[in-house]
Amino acid sequence: MNLSEIKLGQHAIVRKVNGDILALKLFEMGMLPGETVELENIAPFGDPIAIRVGESKLCLRLEDAAHVEIELH
Amino acid sequence: MERIISVALVGNPNCGKTSLFNALTGLNQKVSNFPGTTVEKKMGETMLSDTVKLQIIDLPGTYSLYPKSADELVTYEILRNKSETNFPDLVVFIADASNLKRNLLLFTQVCDLGVPAILALNMLDVAERRGISYNLEVLSEALQVPVIPINARKRIGVEPIKQTILERLPKAHAAFYSIDHLSQEMLAELGKVSDKRNAYAALQYAINAKELISEKSLRIKEIFTQYQFDARQFQEEEVFARYHLIDAAVKKSRIQAQDNLKKSITKRVDAVLTHRFYGIGIFLVLMFLIFQAVFSWSTYPMELVENAFAFLSEYVKNALPQGVLNDLLVQGVLAGLSGVIVFLPQIIVLFFFIAILEDIGYMARVGFIMDRVMRPFGMNGKSIVPLISGMACAVPSIMASRSIENKRERLITILVIPLMSCSARLPVYALLISIFIPDTAVWGPFNIHGLVLMLMYLIGFVAALLSAWIFKHFIKSAQQNYFLMELPGYKLPLPGNLLITLYEKASAFVVGAGKIIIAVSVILWVLASTGPRDKMNAVAQKYEQHMAQLNETEKNEALLGGLNLQRDADFLEASYAGQFGKFIEPAIRPLGFDWKIGIALLTSMAAREVFVGTMSTIYSVSGADDNLHSIRAAMLSETNTQTGKPSYSLATVFSLLLFYAFALQCMSTVAIVRKETGGSKWAIIQFVYLTFLAYGSSLFIYQVFG
Repeated sequence: MNLSEIKLGQHAIVRKVNGDILALKLFEMGMLPGETVELENIAPFGDPIAIRVGESKLCLRLEDAAHVEIELH
Repeated sequence: MERIISVALVGNPNCGKTSLFNALTGLNQKVSNFPGTTVEKKMGETMLSDTVKLQIIDLPGTYSLYPKSADELVTYEILRNKSETNFPDLVVFIADASNLKRNLLLFTQVCDLGVPAILALNMLDVAERRGISYNLEVLSEALQVPVIPINARKRIGVEPIKQTILERLPKAHAAFYSIDHLSQEMLAELGKVSDKRNAYAALQYAINAKELISEKSLRIKEIFTQYQFDARQFQEEEVFARYHLIDAAVKKSRIQAQDNLKKSITKRVDAVLTHRFYGIGIFLVLMFLIFQAVFSWSTYPMELVENAFAFLSEYVKNALPQGVLNDLLVQGVLAGLSGVIVFLPQIIVLFFFIAILEDIGYMARVGFIMDRVMRPFGMNGKSIVPLISGMACAVPSIMASRSIENKRERLITILVIPLMSCSARLPVYALLISIFIPDTAVWGPFNIHGLVLMLMYLIGFVAALLSAWIFKHFIKSAQQNYFLMELPGYKLPLPGNLLITLYEKASAFVVGAGKIIIAVSVILWVLASTGPRDKMNAVAQKYEQHMAQLNETEKNEALLGGLNLQRDADFLEASYAGQFGKFIEPAIRPLGFDWKIGIALLTSMAAREVFVGTMSTIYSVSGADDNLHSIRAAMLSETNTQTGKPSYSLATVFSLLLFYAFALQCMSTVAIVRKETGGSKWAIIQFVYLTFLAYGSSLFIYQVFG
């Protein structure tokens, strides 16, 4: 399962992040394998999504979120 | 002897860096650009003691020293390069204590570059509300640096920071992350092509420089291949290892009072502000209110500015002897200056609201809710604010597009911003619309005049989106296209920060646009007041002869009857500007324009609203009162000498409206685009594109309806 499929309010654990620069950027912003993420909000047109990771809240497009492999809590 | 200590403020975006900078320097700061870039450089000064001066540079916020945007690159370049003029003696690293781990990632990278640093821990109150506090002594021990608690918003901790800087400049730190496991021969090789400070700095430089096209990058790639070094893999390992180290330090010093005292309110506020329905609704209502405020609040100050300049012009005109200098000052310089200052009220009101929304954290949400809408047009959520600001003035809006990290999306945004109907077009629209619709006409509860005006704004917006869509297909980017943005926690705006931001925006506009507008005004004044000698002499002679035939009372009557206005109009016709109008007449005739409009098209290049002034000169309208109505009357009664029909048919007016909606008749915009895109290429492409768009649409509308 990947992060673009998570439902509102669901928690999950990051397993792996694919993609080149995007992955590094996500790591730098704290989205590391093993971290817990939560889908907090969805933008009006269903995309992008707002993900809570640690103390940060990140805005991600679905196509970018699809690079993040997760496992539901 | 005065000693100068230079420090750089470094930290993640939204960590309170700017607040600390403002608290340290007050208004004693200068904003410029880093050479060769469009990145804002903020420098300030304060006295540490009687003999020691502190020079502070506020570096753009970044998440790591592997830069991914122009802003981040500046921060990296300055910290990397010891011979860089801005290289600091010391880094004051500001960390958001409520998000400590992520903030410390950059901190450890900065330390490993070999730059001495102290850690200023901000937003401890926010952390505390979430039930987290830190033992700062333990943290200082674990990180081996002085740690100073601050509250940048409340200006707490400023003095301790100054004291720490004064008392001891910390020495460079021992490396957090060791790269001893890498091939020493490779590092030695890299040291030859890149940074010689330390191995980590050399490697980091190599990884960053590898992407650039230079002889160095080729050599670096060779070395990497030779030693089978995977930069991407290394960076990943580095981040993981750093987080691991940081985790240990943070765990040791963290005092967990109660877990989750309060769940942050951000989520609940966002549930409303980014809601499927209310989210967009709130955004639209807010924008509507802001524009109401921009236009209604600034009416009075704008009139004040106009009156002040009218008074000043009158004064200078009478105080100085008549002649070229007098005309140059009044009609060139003062007219230009007035054209700049008159927009300041709108710009200040607009940026007042934008700065508040930015400070609160709402602007990031606007990016979030609008991203999906802007994406098909090759832009992203962050494009919406510059586009909307474009309705006040393109110049500061193009500067505001700096917040868009993705180069391609930023470029597309810059290219289409001038299509948003800026306030300089407003007087032009008002005049033209009034030609065929009296401003009293109503359609149900609506004022038709107002509806047509709204339609013009809509046409501009639609044209901007469609043009963006076209540009999207031509502008390719090697950059990976992702949109990743932090949604910061909400906070109250700080009046001090707001004032400083407004001051910066206003002065950037006056300096940026002002120089150009004044220069263009002067050039246009020369073109409009001088001309081929024979033609100008002919006009002068005609009026001298005419006057000579009159007696005293007839002379006064003739002057009262507008003889001098008539003469001014004839002079304008004979001038170079008039010649230009006639010269381009064949080209603009298919659009329904005559040479008089041709002159106005030329003079509009200073600022579009000059159209109105030029029209009043051409039609010898006295500049006194009820300007708009008398120009309107003069334009309406004008007949085409060839066809005998009114010059301003509906088709001509429509054609002219579209031309002003699309054409890039603003030298300041051209100049700012050139600066922001780092060269003439895109400024020229934009100018040519918009000219063709304007010409084509006007041609179409005139040929269909004419």
